[in-house]
Amino acid sequence: MTSALVSLRGVGVRFGPTPVLTGIDLDLASGEAIGITGPNGAGKSTLLNVISTLLTPTEGSVAVFGGPVRRRDLPQVRRRIGMSGHEPGLYPELTLLENLTLVERLTGEVHMSAMQVLEVVGLAGAAHRRASAASAGMQRRIDLGRLIMTRPQLILLDEAQAGLDSTARDIVDRLIHRTCDAGGGAVVVSHDRSVLTRSLERIVEVQAGGVS
Amino acid sequence: MKDGSGFWTQALTIARRDLMIESRGGEVFGVVLPFAAVAVFVVPLATDALATRLDQLALPVFWLVGLLFGMQVALRQTGTENLAQRRTLALLGIDPAARFAGRSLAAAVLTTGVMVVIAPLVVLFYDPDVIPAVGPSLLAIVGFSVGLSMLSTLAGDVTVGLRTRSSLAPLIVAPISVPLIIGASQTLEALIRDRSTMAPALLLTVTVLSLAVTGVLTAPALEDATT
Repeated sequence: MTSALVSLRGVGVRFGPTPVLTGIDLDLASGEAIGITGPNGAGKSTLLNVISTLLTPTEGSVAVFGGPVRRRDLPQVRRRIGMSGHEPGLYPELTLLENLTLVERLTGEVHMSAMQVLEVVGLAGAAHRRASAASAGMQRRIDLGRLIMTRPQLILLDEAQAGLDSTARDIVDRLIHRTCDAGGGAVVVSHDRSVLTRSLERIVEVQAGGVS
Repeated sequence: MKDGSGFWTQALTIARRDLMIESRGGEVFGVVLPFAAVAVFVVPLATDALATRLDQLALPVFWLVGLLFGMQVALRQTGTENLAQRRTLALLGIDPAARFAGRSLAAAVLTTGVMVVIAPLVVLFYDPDVIPAVGPSLLAIVGFSVGLSMLSTLAGDVTVGLRTRSSLAPLIVAPISVPLIIGASQTLEALIRDRSTMAPALLLTVTVLSLAVTGVLTAPALEDATT
């Protein structure tokens, strides 16, 4: 057992015959926020998917919240992980409020109501706008709103700051700080190193499937 | 802070979400249903109504239209989630079995709705001699719809992300729907002929239960494969 939030040892991922990640060793301590950078196609998103438990590596071991993840524990473990990715995963036919209310009903573990979250992310006035009619930036804010609502212990942001204005970037920074202050951790992925310097303790570079 | 929501809360929330999306998009009742209604009219219009015993074709046409368009409804319904949406649900810790149940439930409601609408059209245009009792008939239709929806949800999840999905999913559904259609149609036939419904109703029930068990047991593996 380890006290690290996330511990990867010798992790490798292959998609068919193509190795995407090889021999990755990575630790994320409680209260730590790290950045992962690297060129396009280096395997950053794949690494984040492994940490999120959405992708099982083809080799090596992954421990999240102090232990290996077993299939039967996945829903409980995943409830403690929040991820914001390239696509917000909203339902375009539903309003912004309904998209957040859905999370509220499905998890039953929210710290803020959907309407409060909309106020925090500055979209209270657009609560009844359909997601399909919301801008990309508004959709990203709703995606972040889900993390604010559920307060996961481990937050994973995959290029989540791309396309956000300064107010929304502040929301991301506050989210990272609050999560780490509460003993959680954050992993932020971006191909743009300058994005990662704002609020992170260390930056890991992924190149050709390995980390440095 | 409340505890995590239970299986049925999650399943009903997923079903409600799908029905809300359908109510906004109107694909089932705006697109599929009108075509199903046209399919009911085709046989009387394409045959000599005086020479053909249309009343004998009432039930076969009802089940044929129900199967083809019910499958359309269920497959459309279960193929609408994209990768980001599936991943979001997985990371919210939603029980994959609850997701299967919710999606199947929503598809079953819509399939039942389509069949309930086409039933009076069949009666109107085919004028069958005997109309079975509404209560037991509705049970057979609901059983068929639930089974077909679970089967389509399974087929939709197995083929998600494949370029051949639109042709492969019906190929999976078609053979396994045979016991469903036999069970449901023979239950209705037995009601009309005043025979025992035990055997066909049992076949329908066992098929539906088998699909439910298969769906629940395979849901975690299918979630892993599709996220």
